[in-house]
Amino acid sequence: MSLLRSYNYQHGIKLTSMGLILAFTSQANANVEFEASGKVTAELRLFPESPQFSDQYQDVNTSVAVEPDFFWQWNDGLDSLTFKPFLRLDQHDNERTHADIRELSWIHQGDDWELRTGIQKVFWGVTEFQHLVDVINQSDSVEDIDGEDKLGQSMINLSLVKDWGIVDLYVLPGFREQTFPGKKGRLRSGMVVDTEQARYEASNNELHTDLAVRWSHSVGDFDVGAHWFRGTNRDPVLEMGTKNGEAILVPYYEQMNQFGFDLQATIESWLWKAETIWRDSKSDTYWAAQAGFEYTFYGVQESNADLGVLLEYGWDQRGKDASAVFQNDISIGARLALNDTSSTELLAGVIYDVDYDSSSFQVEASRRLGDKWKISVDGRFFSTDDNADLLSWMDKDDHIQIGLERYF
Amino acid sequence: MNLQLKPLSWILSALILGSASYATAESAEDKGLAIAQKTKQSDLGWRDMQAQMTMVLRNSQGQESIREIRLKSLEQETDGDKSLSIFDKPLDVKGTAFLSFSHPVGADDQWLYLPALKRVKRIASRNKSGPFMGSEFAYEDLTSFEIEKYTYKFLRNEPCGVEQCSVIEQYPIDKYSGYTRRISWIDQSEYRLHKIEFYDRKGAPLKTLTYDGYKQYLGKHWRPDLMKMVNHQTKKNTDLIWSDYRFKEGLNDADFNKNSLKRAR
Repeated sequence: MSLLRSYNYQHGIKLTSMGLILAFTSQANANVEFEASGKVTAELRLFPESPQFSDQYQDVNTSVAVEPDFFWQWNDGLDSLTFKPFLRLDQHDNERTHADIRELSWIHQGDDWELRTGIQKVFWGVTEFQHLVDVINQSDSVEDIDGEDKLGQSMINLSLVKDWGIVDLYVLPGFREQTFPGKKGRLRSGMVVDTEQARYEASNNELHTDLAVRWSHSVGDFDVGAHWFRGTNRDPVLEMGTKNGEAILVPYYEQMNQFGFDLQATIESWLWKAETIWRDSKSDTYWAAQAGFEYTFYGVQESNADLGVLLEYGWDQRGKDASAVFQNDISIGARLALNDTSSTELLAGVIYDVDYDSSSFQVEASRRLGDKWKISVDGRFFSTDDNADLLSWMDKDDHIQIGLERYF
Repeated sequence: MNLQLKPLSWILSALILGSASYATAESAEDKGLAIAQKTKQSDLGWRDMQAQMTMVLRNSQGQESIREIRLKSLEQETDGDKSLSIFDKPLDVKGTAFLSFSHPVGADDQWLYLPALKRVKRIASRNKSGPFMGSEFAYEDLTSFEIEKYTYKFLRNEPCGVEQCSVIEQYPIDKYSGYTRRISWIDQSEYRLHKIEFYDRKGAPLKTLTYDGYKQYLGKHWRPDLMKMVNHQTKKNTDLIWSDYRFKEGLNDADFNKNSLKRAR
């Protein structure tokens, strides 16, 4: 349900410059440049329906998130350090009140290589509604249900630039557990997931060191990527358990091997996209794919506005057994960008599950207010009848979300 | 600059220009093309350039909005230029970066880096006529000038300030261009653009761009400090203020790939 958000480059973003330059006097050439920036977001969620599960909060939730960004660079920009902590305070959900280090990394740049060491976020892939090949970082699922918010992952990443593409080698020491909403939270599974009881296949649990390799290249109209990942599966198997006599879910993290491939063809107004993975773990071996297109009408009706339409299909070999949401799903979306001074945008999308005849609808509108503020209004609506469908958990969780962002 | 490395068209243009004075019946089209070639040729050899762009957008009520962008570009011997733009303002797009490999003929290759998602996204370059960051500049107004993008017609000579200008009509080849034609004023002493008038798809006057504050860099390359774009139909205008021009600082292909795009900030 990661709705088109990635294209909308105004949407994510952050930071600001205070443009403070510190000159170290010890060495003439060792000028360190420092920049601090960041954003603060206030969020209001309104739920018109009473919750489906006991303990979940009613009606209204407020929340505040802070994400500063500190950046240093020296050695003529060949070395840099980024520190990006994150903190969210949530009115009702103790699990959603959380902190993370999104980034704390040192990057050293060579002639045709780059070494990135520390905690980072890495994005792989091309599709919009689901990110199958994007396996490096764990999802910060309490943030949003779209799977686009990620926890920082510790890594050593050597990136080599060759004539035949870019090769990234990753050593990933340590594992981050997926976050889950707490008892009082909305947008959660029927039974609460107790992360404190998390179990692992690896004998050294969350200390397992994972490995990954990715090759990516652009040839003419085509952008291609292929990867191999070996280590702890970011998606847990949820097993039945108890806590104080109450039924709960316990995440079990298996080891896995994954090969994946992604492709985008960019031809005139068309973007053709496909991602596929083959994943092998103790409980399952399967293929999954997400593929589709994006077509943009530029300057609609003689205006400055662009209208993009998207269609994607998601398939998972495990079918209805899959804990995946996109096992046989058609996603349709539209993005309207007015291209005005306020960068007004409207996104809408429907994900239709063919197996369960259920659907979720999402609409997002955003615009800049002045130079430093941004407002967004999102609506999410779920329609589901089959209790076997994972989406049925959110049947009563239709909501409107209003976000106000201030950038520094 | 090594002339032998240049594509054949430059040599041809030199021949055309060389023979121009002898030609008795040179057509207006040939003359327009020759001036365009001379314009491009007079600026060759800048190799790499970096500059700071500030855009001041004004609506019809005079309300202002600011954009700040850092630009790096790399000259290519046999292709369109490579460029990397890094957005500093407005703050909600800070850190967004844009990589473009332009081509004289056919679609440019373009990638956008979205820092919140750490995502590099290949984007369609078909959108030539759309507004750049809500300004009165269209994307096609900001891409590098390539001879092959237009056909030409010489109109007349006339004074432009203290200079004498050639007035050339240009017709975009690209069917997606937002213009039917552009009329440009190019001075005869240094081949600098002084003014461009843009005509929309219906042939009506749309915008006028004027260039100001030319300075010469490295004894050869003329660059303006100010480009003013006025939209006659919407009454909006945008000032593009250039500063901190730097040339030949040794940028190379490694500064214009997906890794450098992710690093840009």
